[in-house]
Amino acid sequence: METEVVNSQLIDYAAIFVQFVVAAGFVLTTIYFAQKIGPKHKSVKKFESFECGLDSIGNARLPFSVKYFLVAILFVLFDVEVIFFYPWAVNFRELGESGFVKMLAFIAPLLLGYFYIIKKGALKWE
Amino acid sequence: MVKVTEAPEMYTGEGYGLTRLEKIVGLARANSIWPLPFATSCCGIEFMATMGATYDLGRFGAERLSFSPRQADLLMVMGTISKKMGPVLKQVYIQMAEPKWVIAVGACASSGGIFDTYSVLQGIDKVIPVDVYVPGCPPPPEAILDGIIKIQELIKTESFRRRESDEYQKLLTSYGIE
Repeated sequence: METEVVNSQLIDYAAIFVQFVVAAGFVLTTIYFAQKIGPKHKSVKKFESFECGLDSIGNARLPFSVKYFLVAILFVLFDVEVIFFYPWAVNFRELGESGFVKMLAFIAPLLLGYFYIIKKGALKWE
Repeated sequence: MVKVTEAPEMYTGEGYGLTRLEKIVGLARANSIWPLPFATSCCGIEFMATMGATYDLGRFGAERLSFSPRQADLLMVMGTISKKMGPVLKQVYIQMAEPKWVIAVGACASSGGIFDTYSVLQGIDKVIPVDVYVPGCPPPPEAILDGIIKIQELIKTESFRRRESDEYQKLLTSYGIE
């Protein structure tokens, strides 16, 4: 008796399954046929990389100075650190001494790293 | 109820309608234009008004502007095209998706306008084929909309074979486009 009830419920959901199949099928068939039978024109100029209509100069895969990467990634690192300061500053009084100690524990390793990059000369541009 | 678009002429029966595929495809294309605005001067400002809430080009299915030619099918040239800009415009046209249409908005794009000088292209049809010209200096948004409607008429009635025809190939060759 119980299994019958379960079965009839599952069959009720078949319509939804069919709808999913039709929806996905419609999308896939239209994309496929648009690609297959849509008009195409191929030429060397058409497949050149688009540089707003100008001739592209050189190769995009150029070696860049590592300085750009270092400055960018260090900025992100310390930027996120500063973001964590804000909730602490807002709740400075409520968090009190224990909050201060926790923040110190958070800043200390980062500060250590900061001295390390200064010593290494990672922020020296010239 | 919002009236979306009129159905093409078709043979109708109970629960079905028969028409040519060309008409259906034309209808779909005409009402889903992705324009590429190539705005170089004041006509571009009028185009901004055309895209705004009052005139709203989105009503014609051209809501989505494309700033890459790869996805665009209507090149809207709005403004003075200098001779140095000519090859750039041509390259943008070449890199557009098929099938593509061109509308020259304003006196400068159509004929050089008041700039009858050594440095200005005397109409963009010197470098690319143009389908519709919109007169005015600059044309008001109504005129631009009129041009778009003309383009839609062209798209609706264009035959599938047009771009394969010798005539069309000759036209492209005359512009030096392979």
